[in-house]
Amino acid sequence: MAARYAAQNPNVSVAVISKLYPTRSHTGAAQGGVGAALGNVSEDHASWHAFDTIKGGDYLADQDVAEMFAVEVIEAVYELEHMGLPFSRTPDGKIAQRKFGGHTRDFGKSAVERACYAADRTGHMILQTLYQQSIKDDVAFFNEFYVLDMIMEGGACVGVVAYDLATGELHTFHAKATVIATGGNGRIFRVTSNAHALTGDLMSIAYRRGIPIEDPEFYQFHPTGLYKLGVLLTEGARGEGAILRNADGERFMERYAPTIKDLAPRDMISRAMYLEIREGRGAGPDKDYIYLDLTHIDAHIIEERLPDITEFSRIYLGVDPVKEMVPIQPTAHYAMGGIPTTIDTNVISDGRNTIVPGLYAAGEVACASLHGANRLGTNSLGDLIVFGRKAGVAAAAYAAGSDFGPLPTDNQDVAREMLASIRSGPRTERVAHLRRELQDSMQDNASVFRTRELLEKQVGVLADIKSRLPHIGCEDPGEQYNTELMEAVELGFLYDNAEQLVFAALNRTESRGAHSREDYRERDDDEWLKHSLVYKDGDGVRIDYKPVTLGYYEPKPRTY
Amino acid sequence: MEPIEINVKIKRFNPEADSRPYWSDYTLQARPSDRVLDVMHHIKWEVDGSLAFRRSCAHGICGSDAMLINGVNRLACKVLVKDLGNRIVIEPLRGLEVKKDLIVDMDSFFDSFKAVLPFLINDDAPPPAERLQSPEERARFDETTKCILCAACTTSCPVFWTNGSYIGPAAIVNAHRFIFDSRDKGTAQRIDVLNAGNGLWRCRTAYNCTEACPRDIPVTQAIEEVRRAMLFRGA
Repeated sequence: MAARYAAQNPNVSVAVISKLYPTRSHTGAAQGGVGAALGNVSEDHASWHAFDTIKGGDYLADQDVAEMFAVEVIEAVYELEHMGLPFSRTPDGKIAQRKFGGHTRDFGKSAVERACYAADRTGHMILQTLYQQSIKDDVAFFNEFYVLDMIMEGGACVGVVAYDLATGELHTFHAKATVIATGGNGRIFRVTSNAHALTGDLMSIAYRRGIPIEDPEFYQFHPTGLYKLGVLLTEGARGEGAILRNADGERFMERYAPTIKDLAPRDMISRAMYLEIREGRGAGPDKDYIYLDLTHIDAHIIEERLPDITEFSRIYLGVDPVKEMVPIQPTAHYAMGGIPTTIDTNVISDGRNTIVPGLYAAGEVACASLHGANRLGTNSLGDLIVFGRKAGVAAAAYAAGSDFGPLPTDNQDVAREMLASIRSGPRTERVAHLRRELQDSMQDNASVFRTRELLEKQVGVLADIKSRLPHIGCEDPGEQYNTELMEAVELGFLYDNAEQLVFAALNRTESRGAHSREDYRERDDDEWLKHSLVYKDGDGVRIDYKPVTLGYYEPKPRTY
Repeated sequence: MEPIEINVKIKRFNPEADSRPYWSDYTLQARPSDRVLDVMHHIKWEVDGSLAFRRSCAHGICGSDAMLINGVNRLACKVLVKDLGNRIVIEPLRGLEVKKDLIVDMDSFFDSFKAVLPFLINDDAPPPAERLQSPEERARFDETTKCILCAACTTSCPVFWTNGSYIGPAAIVNAHRFIFDSRDKGTAQRIDVLNAGNGLWRCRTAYNCTEACPRDIPVTQAIEEVRRAMLFRGA
C-alpha cells in the first residue's frame, strides 16, 4: 500500500492484489517503532543511522543503500505523520522516539533514541494509515486473491496469475509494471513471530521463474518471543529498560556486550540466549527459556508504552510483566534476504545487476541489500516505507512510458496444473504433517546455530519431504473458500524457501550476522564478503555471488 | 498443563453442497492453554480439511478470526480453552452473510467503515517536519486507534442484527479516532454521515459492543463522545 500511495500518476491505473484483507497484513504486528534520525529526543544524524545499519548487518549491507535509506526514511516518517499516523508525542509535541537495539550515537559510543513509535503498535498504525489513504483515493483492491504465478515474456514481467479464494477461479492480471511486496517466509520454522500467511509465496514463485534469491541464509531470530508461542515482545521493552536474565537471575548480556548490554543487535542476543541455555542456565523445568524482566520499570510506563505486549503475556502465559519475569525464547522473525533488487527496487536476475523489465520488489520479500547479514531493529518498517515508495514511483513511471507486453495465451497453465495436481493427489500424506516436519527440522538443524553436519542432515530431510510432496491431496472438492487447497499450495512454496536457505547456509563457510556456523566461527571477509544468489537449477540449486557495495566504512570486528 | 478432553460444536454451511446450516461435533484432546484457534487447526489439519475459517497472525492483531464462541463474539486466537471449559460452541458472526462455515462476507462491514471518511482530512500544506500535537491531544483519541476492524463489535449489536444497514459501532469508533484528532478538520463531513437515517442515532446503548471488543476499546463511551460532539455542534 506504500507503493500504491507513491504510484499515483495521472497516466497509470493501479490495483492492489492481496492474499488477505489489506488490514490483516503482518505489518500490523510490528510493535516497537521505525528508526529515523529526527533528533527529537537527543542529537542524531542520518550518517549514524547508516553506520548502525551497516555494522548491525555485519558489513554485508550495500553501503550506498544504507546511506540513501537513512536519509530518505526521515522524509518518509514525516510523510506518514502528514497522512495522519498517530505517533506518540514528546512533551513539546514532536514525534516521540525511544532507544532500540543497535541504535547508537556517534558511531557506537552509546545508545540513542531513534525509534519513532506509536505505543507498541507502530506497525498497526502504519498499516491502518496506509489503508486509510487507499480508501481516500478509492483504490481498486482484489482481496483474498492468492498469486500463484508470475507471467514472464521475453525476460520481462507482464503480470501475475491469481486464485480468487471466494470463487476458486483463476484470474490473469496483465500489467505494464508489477510490484512485489508480499512479506516474509517465517513459517518455515516451528517457533515464529510470523503470521500463518507468511509462507514466502513470491520468493518461491520468482525462484521457479528463474530469478535468484539473494542471501537467504541470513534469517533473523528475535530474542524475545513468548516461550513456545513465538509471539513477539518488542525490543522497545528493552528500550524502556527491560533486562534479560538467566535462571540465576544474572544479567548475562553484560558478559556478551559490555557497552550496550541488553540493547545489542538481535543476532548477538539470540546466540547469547542459546549459549546460556546450552550451558545449563536456562529457566523453567526443562531449563529451556530465558526471562525478560520488566518488574523494576514503573507500572505506569509499562501500561502506557507497552500495553499490547503486556496483554499478550497475561493472556497467553498467564504472567503479569508488572509483577513477574516473562519466559521468552528466540523466535524466527525476519528474512534479510529475498528477491534481489537495485537500490531503486528494480528486480535483477543475476550478479551483474541485469534488470527484469517491469518488475519491482520492496519490503521483506526483497533484498536491496539494506539489512546485510542481520537487520537492525525498526528497519523493517523503515524498509517498507522507503522502498515501497521508491517502487511505487519507479513502477508508475515505467508503466506510463511503456506499452503492455504481449500476454502468452497459456499464461494460466502453470497455476492450473499446480492446483489440479493437488486436487488429484492420492492423499497418502497430510499437508499438516509434512509442514510440521519441515518446520521442526528447520528449527532443529538450520536456525540460530549451524554446522555442516546439521545442515547436511537437513538436506536429507528436505529431499525426503520433497519426495513425499506429490503424495498430498485435498479432501475438500469445493471451489469456494477452499482454504485447504491453499494450504497445500503454500506447503510447496515453503519447501522452496527452506531449500534456498539450507543450501546457501551450507555453502557459506563463515559466521556473519545471523548466520552462525559453529564449525566456522569467524567472519571471513577475504572469502565471503559477498552476497549469495541461489538459483533453482533443474531439481537442484546453483549458487552464484554478487559483490557487496562498500565505500563508506571498512569492515571491522563487530563488538558492542 | 495436562491435556483434557473437550467437545467442540461448530456450525457448518457450505453453499456449494448444503441447503441449510448444520452442526459438526468433535471430541478431542486439548491443553487448557491452547487457543481456540489451535483447536480449530487441529480439527482442520487432522480431522476435516474442509472446515473453513479465516486466520493469520494468531495473536489478536490482524482481526481475521472474529467469531461467535460460546455465545460471545471473540477472536479465536485470543481466547484459551481454560477460559471456556470443556464444551466449546463456535458459530459465524451474526448479521453478515455466511460464505462458508465461519467465513462471512465482510464487504458491507467495510463499506460502513469507509462511509465515515476514515482518513485524516486537512488540506493545509503540512510543515517540513511533523505537525505538532501535545501528548494530551494525542491521548484524547488513543483508545480508538486500537481498532483492528475485526467486526466483533458491530456484529454483536442488536440494532445491527435487525437493521443490517445501521452503520454500526466499528464505523463510529473510527469516526471518533479522527473527530478527536487535533490535526483533523473533517468533523462536519463525518457528522453529516453519522446524522443520516442509519447513522449514530440508531444506537440503543446496549453495551454489547464494548463487551465484544477484543482490543478493550470502550466502544460505547466512544459512541457517547461522538454523540456529544454532534449535539455540541447543533446537529
